[in-house]
Order: sequence, then structure tokens, then C-alpha cells
Amino acid sequence: MYTIKGNTSDWELVIGLEVHCQIISKAKVFSGASAEFGAEQNTHVSLVDAAFPGMLPVLNEECIRQSVKTGLGLNAKINKYSRFDRKNYFYADLPQGYQISQLYYPIVGEGFIEVHTSEGDRKIGVERLHLEQDAGKSIHDMHPTKSFIDLNRSGVGLMEIVSKPDMRSPEEAGEYLRQLRAIVRALGTCDGNMDEGSMRCDVNVSVRKVGETILRDRVEVKNVNSVRFVMQAIEIEANRQVEVYENGGTVRQETRLFDPNNNETRPMRSKENAHDYRYFPDPDLLPVILTDEYIEEIRASLPELPEAKKKRYVSELGLTDYDAHVLTLDVETSRYFEEAMIGQDPKKVANWVMGDLFGYLNKNGLTVSNSPVSAKNLGALVGLIADGTISGKIAKDVFEIMAETGKEPAVIVEEKGLKQESDTGAIEKLIEEILSANQDKVAEIKAGKDKLKGWFVGQIMKASGGKVNPALANQLLDKKLAE
Amino acid sequence: MTDLINLHISEAADLLAKKEISSVELTRAHLAEMEKGRVLNAYITETPERAMADAEVSDKRRANGESLGALDGIPIANKDLYCTKDVRTTAASKILSNFLPTYESTVTQKLKDAGTVMLGKVNTDQFAMGGSTRTSYFGESKNPWTDANGEYALTPGGSSGGSAAAVAAGLCMGATGSDTGGSIRQPASFCGITGIKPTYGRCSRWGIVAFASSLDQAGPMARSVKDCAIMLESMAGYDKKDSTSVNTPVPNYLSALTGDIRGKKIGVPKEYRMDGMNEDVAKVWDKGIQFLKDAGAEVVEISMPHTKYALPVYYIIACAEASSNLSRYDGVRYTTRVEGATLDDMYKNTRTDGFGDEVIRRILLGTFVLSAGFYDAYYTRAQRVRRLIAEDFKKAFETVDAIVAPAAPTPALSFADMANMDPVSTYLGDVFTTPSSLAGVPAMALPVGMSSNGLPIGLQIIGKHFDENTVFQVADVMEKSAGFNLMPHRVKG
Repeated sequence: MYTIKGNTSDWELVIGLEVHCQIISKAKVFSGASAEFGAEQNTHVSLVDAAFPGMLPVLNEECIRQSVKTGLGLNAKINKYSRFDRKNYFYADLPQGYQISQLYYPIVGEGFIEVHTSEGDRKIGVERLHLEQDAGKSIHDMHPTKSFIDLNRSGVGLMEIVSKPDMRSPEEAGEYLRQLRAIVRALGTCDGNMDEGSMRCDVNVSVRKVGETILRDRVEVKNVNSVRFVMQAIEIEANRQVEVYENGGTVRQETRLFDPNNNETRPMRSKENAHDYRYFPDPDLLPVILTDEYIEEIRASLPELPEAKKKRYVSELGLTDYDAHVLTLDVETSRYFEEAMIGQDPKKVANWVMGDLFGYLNKNGLTVSNSPVSAKNLGALVGLIADGTISGKIAKDVFEIMAETGKEPAVIVEEKGLKQESDTGAIEKLIEEILSANQDKVAEIKAGKDKLKGWFVGQIMKASGGKVNPALANQLLDKKLAE
Repeated sequence: MTDLINLHISEAADLLAKKEISSVELTRAHLAEMEKGRVLNAYITETPERAMADAEVSDKRRANGESLGALDGIPIANKDLYCTKDVRTTAASKILSNFLPTYESTVTQKLKDAGTVMLGKVNTDQFAMGGSTRTSYFGESKNPWTDANGEYALTPGGSSGGSAAAVAAGLCMGATGSDTGGSIRQPASFCGITGIKPTYGRCSRWGIVAFASSLDQAGPMARSVKDCAIMLESMAGYDKKDSTSVNTPVPNYLSALTGDIRGKKIGVPKEYRMDGMNEDVAKVWDKGIQFLKDAGAEVVEISMPHTKYALPVYYIIACAEASSNLSRYDGVRYTTRVEGATLDDMYKNTRTDGFGDEVIRRILLGTFVLSAGFYDAYYTRAQRVRRLIAEDFKKAFETVDAIVAPAAPTPALSFADMANMDPVSTYLGDVFTTPSSLAGVPAMALPVGMSSNGLPIGLQIIGKHFDENTVFQVADVMEKSAGFNLMPHRVKG
């Protein structure tokens, strides 16, 4: 159990996450404008997004479908009746002066996500998922006294996924977020890129003495833009709270900003905290009524989710829990693995993916999606080892060349003449040469110093440039020594 | 020329069809009358060049043997709440006083597509908040009906007061209005013209500056029931750009004007007969009831027990929605801006300067009723009572086909009287119109009689959801029985 030691007590953490996921859809949630990321500023803006007089929102059905899909992926209850509310506040990048959201009747209710940590497997509760619109973007660093507004993001559909306060350690929160990202990516409902802001996370943290069952006042930490930062922010904020309590103070409910540069959380200006959002049902939109048929149709179209995939990798492919977990955390990785494994030993392929491939990709800041070694070629490489064409050792060299050139392994083996020698006559000849050149050592072996056989194998490999199958070399060496 | 400005749309349509008059003549006559009638301050923006161009196009069309129908070539005015492409749209406010839309509202586009000629944009209470046009940034409009001294000293009502004054004074043949809590029916009654607030969801709200989204509804104002039927048929219809517009076919409204209401059951809500009711209004109401009986309808007393709550419920809901709808006028994009040291200061300066007192009052009221700690006591409770009011109508319509009631508690008020009234007293003027607005049912006002001091008094016919046909049918019979053909004196040129 993760605790923070204080002078008066050990402290336990209570953590909840609010994750905003930008919905993958062609158009924004209430306007026909494109929801594509990265376009030139203010080019994807309709009259609705800029809140011109008399403009009205019209719900994009695709966003409903994506939300239901995500809800099903979170093992959650889909609410057949949901409704939109206005959250009122003024800000320069919020043209309507309100955000359309779902406070009272969200589209998705309670569900859970299974996470796996060093302390075992746990189900983390999901409180709700609601659909809302994103605000625009304020840009403060382009002019000394002016702010610039980009409304491309204004009105893009968001799913806000609120967890229950079920997490007890930074690791658990990190795993929850990773697993959530794996799920939405597998579903194709959000691309989960935290650095581009398509997935954003606010963290609610409180601490309590071990054994307490009450919830103490929590602090909401904003601006936490990676899994690593989430874990870091929780640790820092929890320690800060423990220190406050240990020194006789109290933690009050507030919103703080995470500052990764200074490794601290600090309070937001109180003004930014003092909103009364005056939620009320949006009279421009009708309630969303879903039928069982609609929900079942979406359920039937769901792809295999990471958790199910993981279980299948263990039971059907014989992978370890750990390997199966790593390979299913990211839909691109599992897709890569499944392609590479066609016709090959899954365990061997898994080792290559998680070993050499991940090593290379990490070192070069790449991902499986833009890996120079294609899944097909990695599978082929494993195949060349399996059928004895090359040795495992040579394969490592071939892999390096594949990564540099993107070429097929068979072509590299051919070009570089790396094919394993299996011609027994040629190998026997080579062994005879080595034995005759080292009569003294042969004598020692015959006198019982068996260990020297290894030295001879080494010499054989060296003389052949590594192309001799080591098992074959051993076998033939024994034969020659016995003669 | 006087002839042309006194014509009904239906009459002008016949003459245009027979090529006895041209749209250019008709338009020119109205433009001339508009110039004479500027003392009424009915228009905020006149668009004579565009009107003449549209009229020429219409005449050319007809010369080629093509016609877009009864409205082709008919000069009309649009309430300045409807966004009109390339024509300034102000909502009678300072904050939008320089707003030039790049788009056309669905309803005005439909009227354009029907061949109408737009003469200009008419005055309204600021953001449609008021019953007199006194809250307009561009000054009040005058009722063309004069007071005992022959002065233009009376309000045309509101918020669609500019529309009503223009229609009554012959400054256009018909006009668009909008009705949130009586804004078509009360000015129609004050100015002696007809106007209908159709069922909520019948006309698209797209492109109309929003006041209270769950109540706002577009509707026509004209000089006869028939003219309103012609106009509404062209304004109505489902619009996928307005999620609250209803996808149900628009019936042929003219076919409803059968002149026969024998056997129809008409309800008279006893709760509408209030203590201390204006005698003239009560008399006209009785007269109207007698007309219906004489025409063979069965008139029965009905009870609508939640009527007395309609006014407070209306002001809570309308203000709540308005406080949010008007947030977009923040000085950041298209509104006039008053700079400030910080963003918040800019908001304060812009909105304090750009909104009139009544608008600010309603934003504050609406903000208050939605605030944490007050929301349930006001907004939630008001919504609950709104459902009860709607139930009253539903129950009533189980036994009656339509309801007849006054459109306003008094004839047109004088500006002098209004100056001494506090805001709440002015809100009381909506007592007969807000229940049907809250229920979303169609209601039409038409002139039925005169007050003792020579001012028109209108009644309203209220119908079931999407049953404008019965409303038109009953109103048409009452119009014929009343024979109300009085017009205000034309403005002397």
C-alpha cells in the first residue's frame, strides 16, 4: 500500500481523474465546421462557433455515436435519456459566453476500467462520461499587450470522463490514464495525444490518515499534460497536503496549477476559482433519446478492447501477463504485433517487439506507427531465425541494417552473404583445419578438459564469420574429436 | 396613391396577377408613405434602393409569365431582430448598432424566396425586451392612432411595435414580428391590425436575434386574417438548422378560411376575467363572444387555474434564458467595443455602454434566478409551473376547439402614462399573452372593437399545438362579424 509517512501518522492518497478527450469526428459537435487539428488559425470556424446573433447549435450524431462507443468500452451504463446544459462564464475564447455541456443528465453513467499495477489488478470506477464542446484557444505570447484568439477548437466535441475517487497511488492513476488512452485509441473515439491536447487531464487529490474512511477536502490540479506529469503532480500535491496537515494546518478545496519546471503546484488566482456557472438546460437543443437497437448496434460493432485482447494473448498465444499487457496498451502496438506474428512463434515475435524494436524506437524517438522496420519485415526476420537461415546473433545485425535501410531481412542476408552455413562437408573441412592447427588443445580435451570445446566452437564461428549454425558446429566438432 | 397603401396583401396580389398594378408602383407608393411617416419612427433602417430593385425583378418575372405566388412583389418590412444579409441588423440596440450580417435568417429568406420586396427594418424594443418600443436605442415608435388631441402620443406596443405601426400606417403591407410573451399580439391590438404567434416550433428561429429561446417565435403582422395566413404559409416550415423547429407539414392556411364555424366549441377562460378589468376591453370581449355565438359556435366557460402564475413564471424563464443568450455580445468579435484595462473591464465597459437599462435589468434578473442557491427556488419551480400551465391548455383543448380572450388589458397607453409606471406595472401588460407563450400554442390577435376614446381593441384566438387552421378559421369569422375596417388617419405629408 502506497502511503506517505508523517510524524503523526501514515497518510493514504485519494485520487480521482477528470479526463477530457477530444472526439474523433469530421465535424464539430454543434456546427458543421471541420474538427481537424492543426489547421491554420481561425480557418475552421462557422458562424455558430463564433456565436453570431441568431445562430443555433445542431447536434452532430457522430459525436453521440462516439460517446456511446466509449461508454461501452468503459463497461458503463448508457443513458437512454440525456440532455444538454449551458455552463455560463465569460472568457475571450468562449464566444457564446457559455459552454454547452451535460451536467444533470450525462449520456454515459457508471462504469469501470481494469488497471494492473505492482500491487495487483483493480477495477477503478468511472462516475460518468458527458459530452460537451471545447472552447477556443487564447494565445498570450504573440504580442506584449494583446491576446490572440484561435477559434478552430471552439465547438470541437469533447468527452469528459470522470473517475470515482478510487485511486490510491500515483502509479495507479498513471495506469488508469494509460488504460483509458488504450481504450479510446482502440475504439477510434479519441487519438489520445496528450502533447497535442486532444487528451487533457485534471487531477483531484486528497490525503487522509490510514484507517480514516472520510474524504477530506480535495484539491484540483490542472495543467497536467502527460502520464508522467500526472504521477508527478499527485506525488507533489499529496506531500504538500501531508505537510500542511502535519503542521496543524488545513487543506482547503481549491484549484491549483501544476508547474513541472519548478516541481510544485501553486494556487490559481482566486478570481479564476470564483465561478458560479449558472447551469441550466439549453433551450436550443432537444434531449437525446437513444433506443436499445441503436446501443446494441454500436455494441456489436465494437473492436476487441485492450483488456480482452490481453486475456486472449495470454490464453491463446501463451504470452506472459506482462508481455500481453505491454503489447495491448496501445492499439498501434497490438496491431503491429499481430501483423508481425502471422506464421511465426508469437512469443519470439513478442520478444523482438518488446526488446530490439522498442529499444530502437525509444532511442530514436519513434513509435510503431512510423517504425522503419515494418511489422511484416520483423516477422520475416523471426522466420529466418526459426528456419535456420541465420543465427540469433546475426539477426541482431540484420535488424540494425533493417532499421537503417527499411529493407527486407532476406534481401539483407543475401546481399551481405550472412546466410548460415549448413554444408556439413565445408564445415567439417574448416573444423579439421582448426583442429590440426591446435593439436596441443586437442590433446588437452582428450585428457579430459572438456571446457575447451567451447573455445573451439568460438574459433569455428570466428573463422566462418558467424555463419555456421552453432548447434551444427558442436555436433560436428564432437564427431571430429571422436575420430 | 392612397389606394395602393390601403390595399390588403390579398387584394394587391390579385391586382398584380391581373397586371393592373406593378410591384414598382406598389413599392414606390409605400416608399413615399414611409418618407411622410418618418414622424412615427417605425423604421430603423430603410432600404429603398434594394426595394426598388427587388420590385423591378418581380415585375420582370411576372412579365415573363412567372410568379412566385401571392407574395411576389409585395412590399413588407422586417423586424430588426431578423438578421438580413448585408442590411444592418441592430436588435434596436447600441451594442449591435454596427452589425452587418453576412447571412439571412431562415424566415426572411423564405419571404425573399416568395418574391417579397423588403422596404426596410422596423423598430422594436431593444432585444425585444419591452411592450412599447420605448427601450429601443433608436427611440420609441409612435402609434399612428392619435390621442384625443390628435397627437402621436401613444405607444404602438411592443416589442414588435415598429412592425405594428408600419402596418397600421400603410408604411408596408405586412411585416414580420416576433413574439416571446405577447410581442406580436399586444402591438397588433394597440394598432388595430392582425398578427399571429404560431405554434412554438412552426417557424425557424435560425438567424433571429435570440431573446428567450424556449419562447421566441416568428410570426406575421398584417391588416387582415387572410394576409396573415398568406404570410405565415410562406414563413413556416421545418428547418434543420433549428433543432426546436418541428418537422411537420405546413397546411394550406387559406383553405382554413371557410367562413363557417358552426358547431365549433369555443372556450372562455374564467380566470382571464379579472377584478378591475378595463371596461372597454371587457365590452369588446363580450362582443366577440356574441359574434361567435351568432355564427353558430358553442361558447363555454372553461377554467385555467394556473393562469395567475403565468406572468411571474414567464419573467423568470425569459430573463434566465436572456441572461445567457446575450452573453455573446461581449465586445470581443462583432459588437461595438469599449476598451478597458483588463478583459473583465472591457466586458463591463462594453456591456454597460451597449445595453439599455431594461436589457440590463433583465440580464441581472436572469442571472439572479440562475445563481447557486436560488436556482431551485426560482428557475426549477418556474419550469414546474410552466408544465402546469401547459396542462391547463391541454385539458381545455380536450373540450374546446379554440379559446377567445383579450389580447391586452388596455388599449394603447400614452407615453406620458408609461413614464410614470414602474417596470413591474409595465410587465402586467403581458398578462393575457404569456400563458399561451409558455404553453407554446398558437394565438392570433385581431381588432374587434373600439374603446370609448376611439382606440382599437383586439382579441386573441388561441388554438391547439400546430392547429393554426382552427385559429385562422375562427379569427376569419370574427373579423367578418366585427367588420373592423377603421384605419388611423394617414400621416399628413
